[in-house]
Amino acid sequence: MTRTQTITLLSLVIALSAVGTVHSADVPDVQTIVNKTNIVAYYQADDGKAKVKMTITDKRGQKRNREFIILRQDVADGGDQNYFVYFQKPSDVRRMTYMVHKHAAMDKDDDRWLYMPALDVVNRIAAGDKRTSFVGSDFLYEDVSGRSLDEDTHELIETTDTAFIVKNVPKKPDSVEFSYYTVVIDRANYVPTKMEFFDKTGKLYRTIESKEVKTIQGFPTVTKSVVQDLKTGSKTEMEFSGVKYDLKLKNVFQERYLRRPPREAMR
Amino acid sequence: MIRSHRVKTVLLLAMVVLATAASGQDEEPQEDPVQAFFDKLETEYHGFYEVRSGYRLQNDPQEKDMSIMEARYQFDLFSMRDWGDVKIKGDVYGDGVEEKGVFDLREANLFARPTDSLDVKLGRQVLTWGTGDLIFINDLFPKDWQSFFVGRDVEYLKAPSDAAKISLFMDWANLDIAYTPEFDSDRFISGERISYWNPVLGGPAGENNTLSTERRREFFEEDELALRLYRNIKNYELALYGYWGYWKSPGGFNPTMTAAVFPELYVYGASLRGNVGKGIGNAEMGYYDSTDDRSGDDPRINNSEMRYLVGYKQEIGRNLTAGVQYYIEQMLDYDAYEDNQPAGMAKRDEFRHLTALRLTKLLMNQNLNLSLFTYYSPSDEDVYLRPVANYKASDNLSVEVGANFFCGDEPYTFFGQFEDNTNAYLAVRYSF
Repeated sequence: MTRTQTITLLSLVIALSAVGTVHSADVPDVQTIVNKTNIVAYYQADDGKAKVKMTITDKRGQKRNREFIILRQDVADGGDQNYFVYFQKPSDVRRMTYMVHKHAAMDKDDDRWLYMPALDVVNRIAAGDKRTSFVGSDFLYEDVSGRSLDEDTHELIETTDTAFIVKNVPKKPDSVEFSYYTVVIDRANYVPTKMEFFDKTGKLYRTIESKEVKTIQGFPTVTKSVVQDLKTGSKTEMEFSGVKYDLKLKNVFQERYLRRPPREAMR
Repeated sequence: MIRSHRVKTVLLLAMVVLATAASGQDEEPQEDPVQAFFDKLETEYHGFYEVRSGYRLQNDPQEKDMSIMEARYQFDLFSMRDWGDVKIKGDVYGDGVEEKGVFDLREANLFARPTDSLDVKLGRQVLTWGTGDLIFINDLFPKDWQSFFVGRDVEYLKAPSDAAKISLFMDWANLDIAYTPEFDSDRFISGERISYWNPVLGGPAGENNTLSTERRREFFEEDELALRLYRNIKNYELALYGYWGYWKSPGGFNPTMTAAVFPELYVYGASLRGNVGKGIGNAEMGYYDSTDDRSGDDPRINNSEMRYLVGYKQEIGRNLTAGVQYYIEQMLDYDAYEDNQPAGMAKRDEFRHLTALRLTKLLMNQNLNLSLFTYYSPSDEDVYLRPVANYKASDNLSVEVGANFFCGDEPYTFFGQFEDNTNAYLAVRYSF
């Protein structure tokens, strides 16, 4: 090989790798995408608070409402978290509180508590199936507090001008009711805008859409989302108001506060 | 005639409740003047209207056929002030079985959090602690067994105390102190609504033979003190308990055997609760020191006892939870008890074993709750079943059907004595 040839080849390699670099800077690898999305969807700031209004509409159009205040605190970004939920409506669950110490590690179950005011009882709840309905809505526990990234393998299946589309396949297919789900992620801010769940036969049966995204204290925040269950024909809308970040919450995520929450959890 | 009139009244009330509920669903909620009044006072006003009706499923020579027949209104007022909270909750109901109107003030208390490490609650309040599910060892706050057995909402099993509760939160542990200046007994089975085995009569007794008791009413003299010291170690809750008071349900008889009494009782105990495998496990024990009969040879007064409980619950299917418990009561000084028990009186076993199984299934978007609680004692050979189905027809309206089944080989065992009280009930509730 002559010197010229060598130089040409080298430049070509450099040029190609440069193209490669430009390309990968533009489209991060899938792990980076899902990590960023996870942070944006569930770990904004160190803590947060929102007032949530939930409307459950069944296939006959009958509506049920839930209102609660949710507090969140991150123990580690992308890792453990604490949640505290104070119910305001309907009246039969008013003043009920629910607390979770979420453990991101796959082999460690979350710790969950429920306080029932009528009985004045603080109950520990068996960790159990996270893919069951949250307070009778179409949202599942896992939708509210996030599904561990380690539960699935991730594949970037499409990149458009505005979005990444990631396909997620469960590592333990028997533990869930879906065969896979896709997430459409806004390239600009890494907000997941649409999730589609496919059943074991490959048929779409459940969608979650972000209907409204606002920037609050600099953090892109989903303020309205809708989940639709295509099998039962029911849907649930969740609206978030009074969203605040970095409240510097003290450790309110203790059993003692279930009976009588601190003021910031009650209004 | 009287009965049919009463049934009509209940039906009419049920219709009114249903009509109110139905109209509430169709239209936008109208400004309620009562609600508006409390809004102005910055007070949350909630509550419910309920009708509940139930019958015995067999004849009980001691009691009426009707086990429950009531129309109830509960109000719940809550106000947050800068210095603390005020809560007042009360029930007004017409009782068709006892043919009277009742006002039951369930809560009237002030709550304050003067510092981050101190909570104070003063006044009438419902108190509870311990790890058992419908089995209580260290929870010596008053229970309303009569309400429980006639099929009122399980909320009414917890009777209120007039007490001061102080909670101290420290780095190494938390301490709850509940002081009740005047002894609050259980709302125990006295024959008024539920027939029972009367050991003095040596037979069943009911509304014409209610248990007479010598109550303790000396304010600040006949008082109760309950403590709980607890801490959380890696989300395992460890607690120590102490109680200085009296047997909550009659625990003996006076010297002339004419009235049941509440002998002095001290209790020391401990509990542990946390994740075990896929579920939640708990263990609790208590030493019941019956100080009026420490040697155990007084046949009129309960012996001292040890009580033990282990429990485990787990989600065993989709929206299906199972809980199992094993509970033992051990009489101490059993030889002394046996030697001094009058001839012909039914003897207790030294050990009472009790198992409990709870199954809960949620259906129809968790609007239908099916629950079965089973107590079974292999030593007493008796059973108590509590099946309940509760359906939330809307956010405001719920319907409940349930039953209390008692069955036993002997007429004097803990649950067996209530066999003739087996009943079923239906309730409609409108919450606001």
